[in-house]
Amino acid sequence: MTYQLDFGWLIGSLPVLLKGIRITVQLILIGAVFGVALGISCAWVRALGPKWLKPVVATYVELIRNTPFLIQLFFIFFGLPSLGIRMSELTAANLAMIVNLGAYSCEIIRAGIQATPRGQFEAGASLAMTPLQTFWHVVLVPALQRIWPALSSQIVIVMLGSAVVSQIAAEDLTFAANFIQSRNFRAFETYIVSTLIYLVLASLLRQLLASLGWMLFPRKASR
Amino acid sequence: MSLIAITEVKKRFGDNEVLKGISIDVAPGEVVAIIGKSGSGKSTLLRCINGLETIDEGSIVVAGAQFLPDEVHLKALRLKVGMIFQQFNLFPHLTAGGNVMLSQMVVKKTPKKDAEAVARKMLDRVGLAHKFDALPDELSGGQQQRVAIARALAMQPIALLCDEITSALDPELVAEVLAVVKELAAEGMTLVMVTHEMRFARDVCSRVVFMHQGRVHEIGAPEDVFSNPRTPELRQFLGVQ
Repeated sequence: MTYQLDFGWLIGSLPVLLKGIRITVQLILIGAVFGVALGISCAWVRALGPKWLKPVVATYVELIRNTPFLIQLFFIFFGLPSLGIRMSELTAANLAMIVNLGAYSCEIIRAGIQATPRGQFEAGASLAMTPLQTFWHVVLVPALQRIWPALSSQIVIVMLGSAVVSQIAAEDLTFAANFIQSRNFRAFETYIVSTLIYLVLASLLRQLLASLGWMLFPRKASR
Repeated sequence: MSLIAITEVKKRFGDNEVLKGISIDVAPGEVVAIIGKSGSGKSTLLRCINGLETIDEGSIVVAGAQFLPDEVHLKALRLKVGMIFQQFNLFPHLTAGGNVMLSQMVVKKTPKKDAEAVARKMLDRVGLAHKFDALPDELSGGQQQRVAIARALAMQPIALLCDEITSALDPELVAEVLAVVKELAAEGMTLVMVTHEMRFARDVCSRVVFMHQGRVHEIGAPEDVFSNPRTPELRQFLGVQ
């Protein structure tokens, strides 16, 4: 069996591919920023928030963590219009990723918050800070530092999981790859290329998150 | 007039009554040591004065600020009394300077520049001006505790509560922290300290409170309490016959 690899199609397909990369990057950046923000808010509720709000957040978190991402995506894109809520493929994809990462990061961040020594809360309180001020200025950064590797992994998982948004015709990298291979009939080469691009994107994302951690969290300087 | 008025305070944890009606008045500038066995309620009492624990009965008034368990009253109370903890409780992600600046900026809305000036002054006061940019991890226990003192002082409290502030320190580091406290006492700061440093209590304090089983068992000038203990419990605690 001899198979001749052929990448001649690559140049012609470059614009489609680049657009796919752009959409995927955009999805993960928006998803990560708003998803983690949502996760922090929910983690605050579950760990320290008002009692009446806890079951609401718990329901959301368990609902998301115990159903497939693809179904969540379909629910938002195909289900919600029945309630009169319509949105573009891209908006639906963004929303699904934010909601998904929000639930998973909530539990990760909550672990970080709950590992905070009680003395930190007491020190904040004794300095006349309100509970919310203590959370924001005292508890949050060390809590994120504790769970940063786990949170980074989860963000990368969501970025790789974003491939399924091609199923609602959001024109991400996977959508581009499917489109290209349906034209050139070079599925093997097309998916080699798209796999490599995902690999590079994921590595870059990990790097970015590591540097972000480096900036956010002070360490013992070797001054 | 007393600065801190503690009247008939009772505190229960479930069925366990840890404070059984405590009354103590602290005058401005007084340095009061609270001694006693563990479980006698001395730390709980101190934590009540700062509103870290609620009380079930009685009242605590600090310079006109009544302890009531709502955010407004708690804030007013805590602005008047600073607290220093056994475990230092410095914020690990902030430098020494940042630790001292934070509550000024967050609570008092002091502009950063002014907060920094105060922080430098307070760190200088505890002998750590050169450690402004050091993280808590980079400091010794004694230095961390001195930063904690500077952090409390930066809020300009009228009284400081010290909860066994040298108990977590290596023996050779105790002296540097006590020296700072002694200096504060000499400057007229009102201090209430739970301590196991009997010598320090004898030398520096104006009054000593011996707590036993949730009650004030003996109270008096240090020379009376230490040289002339009246009850067998205090004699046993002090190890004298």
